[in-house]
Amino acid sequence: MYVAVKGGERAIDNAHEWLAEERRGDPAVPELSVAQIREQMKLAVNRVMAEGSLYDPDLAALAIKQSRGDLIEAIFLIRAYRTTLPRIGHSEPVDTGAMICDRRVSATFKDAPGGQVLGPTFDYTHRLLDFKLAAEGETPRAQEVEAARKETPRITDFLNRDGLIQKETPSDETPPDMTRAPMEYPANRALRLQALTRGDEGFVLGMAYSTQRGYGRNHPFVGELRIGKVPVEMEIPELGFAVEIGEIDLTECETVNQFAGSKTEPPQFTRGYGLVFGQTERKAISMALVDRSLRWEELGEDNVGAPAQDEEFVLSHSDNIQATGFLEHIKLPHYVDFQSELELVRRMRAEAQASYKDAAE
Amino acid sequence: MAKAEQEKTERQAWMGLLAKSSPARLAALMDTASDMPDFTWLRVPEAGGVMVRGRMGGTGAPFNLGEMTVTRCALRLASGEVGHAYVQGRDKAHAQRAALVDALMQTDRALDLRATVLDPLESEREAQIATRAAKAAATKVDFFTMVRGED
Repeated sequence: MYVAVKGGERAIDNAHEWLAEERRGDPAVPELSVAQIREQMKLAVNRVMAEGSLYDPDLAALAIKQSRGDLIEAIFLIRAYRTTLPRIGHSEPVDTGAMICDRRVSATFKDAPGGQVLGPTFDYTHRLLDFKLAAEGETPRAQEVEAARKETPRITDFLNRDGLIQKETPSDETPPDMTRAPMEYPANRALRLQALTRGDEGFVLGMAYSTQRGYGRNHPFVGELRIGKVPVEMEIPELGFAVEIGEIDLTECETVNQFAGSKTEPPQFTRGYGLVFGQTERKAISMALVDRSLRWEELGEDNVGAPAQDEEFVLSHSDNIQATGFLEHIKLPHYVDFQSELELVRRMRAEAQASYKDAAE
Repeated sequence: MAKAEQEKTERQAWMGLLAKSSPARLAALMDTASDMPDFTWLRVPEAGGVMVRGRMGGTGAPFNLGEMTVTRCALRLASGEVGHAYVQGRDKAHAQRAALVDALMQTDRALDLRATVLDPLESEREAQIATRAAKAAATKVDFFTMVRGED
């Protein structure tokens, strides 16, 4: 029997009003502006853009304010907003080789042309709380050194020149789009990369970590990690040529992994690839490891049954909005479902008690 | 043909510059430029998403990375020139200003706008890039050998 009940309306309205008040916190403390979040909580903004799958720092900052800093809730808001946007088109693939790098390091070649540029990194900090930040301080200023505008060539290009690393074959194939068509398995690499770049950072990190601990070992080196700006170019149909429509911050990670070879190709290094919106290097490195791990079949490796080799497992659990939607719905009223289970368990108990009695007699 | 090619690249350059410019800065620069002409809309400003693509390994086959917000519009001046804009973000007034500059750059006011709007935008952008590059350069590692291990 289905019973419709009403009556939560007033409670819901009042709950939302209280939420708004709690969001504001102590009114004696100045209110946060969206611009403050955008500028000073930049890495949170980046995460919301990456997993919300929409590059717009102002919207991401607004979502963080609205969600009281709950980043998955903020990502949810961005995803919902994204679905209301008409799709104008797609860009040309971005040229990360032409990135204006804030940071560029290689763990494989000390003397990489273009150098090891640390950029604004947490690396080598002592992870000690800085109590000076608790006081309102002056504006810090970074050192500047005359920069020679030189190209920063890809590390993998050097390896590629000697055939030491597996080639990436350029193509102009239209990639599948998981925002337009439901996921299908087996997924190709393009679809996997799209799912990973918008996947939950914690989940993708956990999967990547599991490969390092031995669940599908593939021994990665970070061949190169670069963070910086790239222009985005789009073909404008009414003009008949491509123009730059903006510029975005990206983090790119290329891993160099152990070998594959075949009858026609002597052993060579293989690759994993990570590319994520914003300065998001933990995510980009994780993505590269998981990408590499999911390529086991194509590279002729054994499936050792590791979770990070199972694309359906990885891809269907990497999306935190799907996950939280299904997980959190169980807290909503399930009175009728539960009523039926309650009746069932009572009947089972009654039957069990009756059979004990029969046995005793 | 050669002239058409050159115009295309010049136009690509200014459209790209306008797309990447800060809405507040473009608005301020256009305030100082002389009066803006009347126009009719061919396409009213509309915000939407553009799916940004990347390439596997940076150089391989394309994949979808995620969307970015873009606002586009098109307008026609009374004198007939058509201006287009595709600018990053959701600011409709910004798209309108970019389309106006695009249209006016095809008129005899091009030199004036180049000097009052495009050149300042470009030099400010160059300066910003140079400052960031200088900060990055200051974080470049200079390796030196402390002790050699072979004695």
